[in-house]
Amino acid sequence: MAKQSIVPFGPQHPVLPEPIHLDLVLEDEKVIEAIPSIGFVHRGLESLVDKKDFNEMTYVIERTCGICSFMHGMGYCESVEKIMNVEIPDRGKYLRTMWAEMSRVHSHLLWLGLLADAFGFESLFYQCWRMREKVLDLFEMTTGGRCIFSVNKIGGVLKDVDDVMLATIKATTQDIAAELRVIRKTFMEDYTVEARLRGVGILTKEQAHNLGTAGPFARASGIKMDMRTTGYAAYGDLDFDIITSNECDSYGRCEVRINEIFQAIDLIGQCIDKMPKGDIATIVKGNPNGEAFVRMEQPRGEAVYYSKANGSKFLERMRIRTPTFANIPGLLETLKGADFADVPLLILTIDPCISCTER
Amino acid sequence: MEIKNPEHVIVQITPEELLGNVVAMKKNGLRLSQICCAYSNEKLELSYSFADDNTYDYINLRLVIDKDTEVCSITELYPYAFLYENEMKELFGVNIMMLNVDYNSKLYRLHDETPFIK
Amino acid sequence: MGNVKRSPWLLHYDGSSCNGCDIEVLACLTPVYDAERFGIINTGDPMQADIFLITGGINKANQAVVKQLYDQMPRPKVVVAVGVCACTGGVFKECYNIIGGADTTIPVDIYVPGCAARPQAIIDGIVKAIDLWQAKADKMENVQKELNKLDKLEEKEKK
Repeated sequence: MAKQSIVPFGPQHPVLPEPIHLDLVLEDEKVIEAIPSIGFVHRGLESLVDKKDFNEMTYVIERTCGICSFMHGMGYCESVEKIMNVEIPDRGKYLRTMWAEMSRVHSHLLWLGLLADAFGFESLFYQCWRMREKVLDLFEMTTGGRCIFSVNKIGGVLKDVDDVMLATIKATTQDIAAELRVIRKTFMEDYTVEARLRGVGILTKEQAHNLGTAGPFARASGIKMDMRTTGYAAYGDLDFDIITSNECDSYGRCEVRINEIFQAIDLIGQCIDKMPKGDIATIVKGNPNGEAFVRMEQPRGEAVYYSKANGSKFLERMRIRTPTFANIPGLLETLKGADFADVPLLILTIDPCISCTER
Repeated sequence: MEIKNPEHVIVQITPEELLGNVVAMKKNGLRLSQICCAYSNEKLELSYSFADDNTYDYINLRLVIDKDTEVCSITELYPYAFLYENEMKELFGVNIMMLNVDYNSKLYRLHDETPFIK
Repeated sequence: MGNVKRSPWLLHYDGSSCNGCDIEVLACLTPVYDAERFGIINTGDPMQADIFLITGGINKANQAVVKQLYDQMPRPKVVVAVGVCACTGGVFKECYNIIGGADTTIPVDIYVPGCAARPQAIIDGIVKAIDLWQAKADKMENVQKELNKLDKLEEKEKK
């Protein structure tokens, strides 16, 4: 038996934008086991329900994570709306769906860039982030914010988007799709990129199910699961398929995410075409009483929002189960048997969002 | 696209019935979606949520227990539950027995013990 | 930005931020905003870094990490707190696990407000940091010169 050594990885590491610590048990260059320790970003924001009332909580929940911020706010609002039996106007639903899909485009482009950076393809990283800036400009145009734009409220959305802006959004997202087709070729067909991704970090369909993975990570292992099928917001009216891949490796994860960007751009187009006229929000009166679970498909996978209220303006409990939390066991499995040099890449392929995970 | 959105089910159970119910979930091939804990009226409320990825059913097993009631760990059946159970143990002080991977309340390395219990 | 004699290197660490400021910091370093035109470069190694960009508040788990990173950096060093969480604790100030802003653990020179801080504001903070870093470097150099003079005097006296 070769000698075992333990290499600490993180919390501060050049490839990680966020702190996570792993103790890697190595045998020569192979990883035998990875032991995670988290807590560097734990703030305890769920406990703020005692201090902020249920309307103010929207803004706190949005700051769970700066990448999928809009969807966190949306998930929280839907859970409170479900408790209060509030049906939001159709235009509000479509606007939420549109912004959610724009968030998905921006999150996946961000991930593609970080992936390119992880395997050392600097110019590809810059290309992805240049395209991502276009989405951020659209956010700024429609809401005024770039990362955290706080347009959700209980009962609908806060800002309306006029027809000129909608036309701009459609045109710009089409531009992004055209540019992405060029970049897709590099990601999917380039010899060096393929050599770095294919066969790395294999997670079979059975393993993916047995480890409770979610989102693109699970879909890349052939699990056909997408919370948008439950038809929350306006997804019930839109036409889309669940994108899966049977590659089961890092290449498959990349493929799924690239195809999801195209899908999201298509959904944005559908939203804009079908955008109904009317109010963007209803007036909500009274305090919530009851409990509700809401499931939502975030860029990283299934997120669960649980709200429990007791009739006062302060909620009793608010919980978010974020997709990265569900994907950590899967990550630990893919790390087993991997090369030490592949560890940063493998951590990236689950698209970790540590600040979501630890809240 | 066909919408599949069945009503979420909440089943009230006792701590003794937990393992039996979880075995049934495992047999039906359900995925453990999350475990959530809430503290209200001096009682702990544990929700074990199981998801069916084909029909999109969502079943919650609800345990209402006292602070010192012992709950059996389900990590033997669902090994990836260890993160949720360690989290509950650390934030709420839920008394979980036979945890496979026990962080001994050092998962988040907090300032103070069981911050959600007021 | 006047007399900058060397190119300072930049270290970025995410305290307990929500990622919003982090991705804005990264966006600053990509060609659209291109903070690298001011001569800085992003590094992952604290021992080679001159400017420390910290985002997010401080909690118990990362307090030691932040302190260690700061101690590992060579003098002169400048700390920039990016975002309102790093400045004061921000929206999470009342959370049970947050101690406060970055200045509860390490001395902060420049505060960049915003939630999330905009790239323009971050670039402004970086430019100010470069100036301050140069001023600190000059001061250190002068002190060193004076010390050298004293050494020489002592040597003379001995002779």
